[in-house]
Amino acid sequence: MTTRQPLLEVRNVSKMFGSVIALSNVSAQFYAGEVTCLLGDNGAGKSTLIKILSGVYQPTEGDYLFEGKKVLLNSPREALAMGIATVYQDLSLIPLMSVWRNFFLGAEPEKRFGPFKGYDIRFAKQTVREVLAHMGILIRDPDQPVGTMSGGERQSIAISRAIYFGAKVLILDEPTAALGVKQAGMVLHHIVRAKQRGLAVIFITHNPNHAWPVGDHFIILRRGRILGDYRREELTQADLMNLMAGGEDLVKLQQELEALLKQPLEAVGEPAHVQEAIGAG
Amino acid sequence: MPAKAVTAVPGAEEQLVQVGLVRSVFRRVEIGALIGAAAVWLLFAAVAPGNWLSVTGVARILDPASTLGIMAIAVALLMIGGEFDLSTGVMTGTTGLVAGLLSTRLGWNLWPAIFVALLIALGIGYVNGTMVTRTGLPSFIVTLATFFVLRGANVGITRLVTEQVYVGGIDKTQGFDLARLVFNTGINVFGVEFRSSIIWWVAIAILASWVLLRTKYGSWIFAAGGDANAARNLGVPATRVKVALFMTTAVAGWLVGMMNIVRLRSAVASQGIGQEFVYIIAATIGGCLLTGGYGSVIGASIGAIIFGMAQVGIVFAGWDTDWFYSFLGVMLLAAVLLNNYTRKRAQEISLAAAKARTEGTEG
Repeated sequence: MTTRQPLLEVRNVSKMFGSVIALSNVSAQFYAGEVTCLLGDNGAGKSTLIKILSGVYQPTEGDYLFEGKKVLLNSPREALAMGIATVYQDLSLIPLMSVWRNFFLGAEPEKRFGPFKGYDIRFAKQTVREVLAHMGILIRDPDQPVGTMSGGERQSIAISRAIYFGAKVLILDEPTAALGVKQAGMVLHHIVRAKQRGLAVIFITHNPNHAWPVGDHFIILRRGRILGDYRREELTQADLMNLMAGGEDLVKLQQELEALLKQPLEAVGEPAHVQEAIGAG
Repeated sequence: MPAKAVTAVPGAEEQLVQVGLVRSVFRRVEIGALIGAAAVWLLFAAVAPGNWLSVTGVARILDPASTLGIMAIAVALLMIGGEFDLSTGVMTGTTGLVAGLLSTRLGWNLWPAIFVALLIALGIGYVNGTMVTRTGLPSFIVTLATFFVLRGANVGITRLVTEQVYVGGIDKTQGFDLARLVFNTGINVFGVEFRSSIIWWVAIAILASWVLLRTKYGSWIFAAGGDANAARNLGVPATRVKVALFMTTAVAGWLVGMMNIVRLRSAVASQGIGQEFVYIIAATIGGCLLTGGYGSVIGASIGAIIFGMAQVGIVFAGWDTDWFYSFLGVMLLAAVLLNNYTRKRAQEISLAAAKARTEGTEG
């Protein structure tokens, strides 16, 4: 499709947990300045794949390439040091802590106070305000605990933090899953912004309505295998919905349900006590 | 969305400013402790104004508050870091007995004895912290075990060596005068004797508050107690932070242990038993959450002052001192309810503000 070099690539990757095959022979390329949507139902292998990408798991078989070179990641810290940042569903934000403390947690700016080194709080607060304002989030009070902010705002903070600390690859694990329409829109906005900055964004979701507006490239996983790998031009939104919903499986399910509706209740063989209850009601 | 966000409705702007003022007052971690302290002070000022409002009264209150405050500060740091230590009270006894036995029975200079006591405290703190972080067991249980082991050893070893349950004659050891001067002596101010432990307490409160609020280690402590896993994901050495905090409470126990033996000139085997809960209560009144990740060193110090006031005030008022602990129970409950209320209130206001902001950006 393209002669460009992928920023991140996995080749024929498999992951086994004992005798259970979680991921089987998966290959995928992720390009800078693109949003790759990783779609799939529960248990499709999405989380296993992102845990391999973010360095939590090591693949049982297959290669992991970053900027064209084979690498072996032993921990999320190593991935982070290379510029592969993952924003997990639990966000890695501490609810009781303020926005600025959260933003710089683990990478605190310091300033000398005589013989001692203290936290450069003024810099931290100012930077947080500026960085978030740049992302379109107005923080009136950087001292506000993160726990009192909306889900969309929290996701936005986690994403801005990854970008601020120089991520090249941004892996987002179901960032819109628990959000309302407006809040999800806010997060999608940040995904596009991150792409414009040239990051390779890997957006995990099971909602094709969230994937379609932002995706350049769609990978659909099912039962640990790649069901489809499409460029945006190769698909319509309806195709994506169908693929996601399980295509023919869904048609079959619908037929089954319709058939069920036509049958009288007695014929299905409801247990006696249920029939009694219905009769009494 | 970002373009619109800049042009927020002016009405919402004003609303937010008002909200900010109320919130900043309610959001003070120490607000509950401050209100409690004011209430207790007013109560005894009304009941026993003569003694209460004198310089002597202040000195009497600050005397127990100082040693308690030092412990409450260390315990507060540990609680913010998400852990408990029930061996803190008995640690004041253990360290005192170690220093006392080494100096009186082996004829050591008191200073090396004090130093060995410090090493033992650090060791016990390290063991507590390592056991809690390695096993993942609740620190409540692990340190309860430490508490019982030390409690037994304090009496057992003391009786074995001295055939009594106390170690006397510490004032006859070499180096005692200097140790008394360093750790706990009387200082005359306005003709009233203040304990020098008060200076230690204030210095430790300032230092601990600075570390907690103005260094990266403070952020790490809050993070370790707030969500240790999330903190580790971001590269915070949460385990080391927790072990260091257990060692800090042990060192605080050592310091107070030394203050006690130079003041009393003896060490008692039962020293400090039951005090561990008093420290936790002071920290809790001061705004520490029992679930970790939230609290204040200054609040814990105010909690210690409330204790000092209650202890002295009940005597001044001529009440039966048997009721001291009942009074503390009521104080604890009132303070926790108040803290809970203010925290919820602050969060509700914050959420309301977040809503106002969202609606403002859509207008």
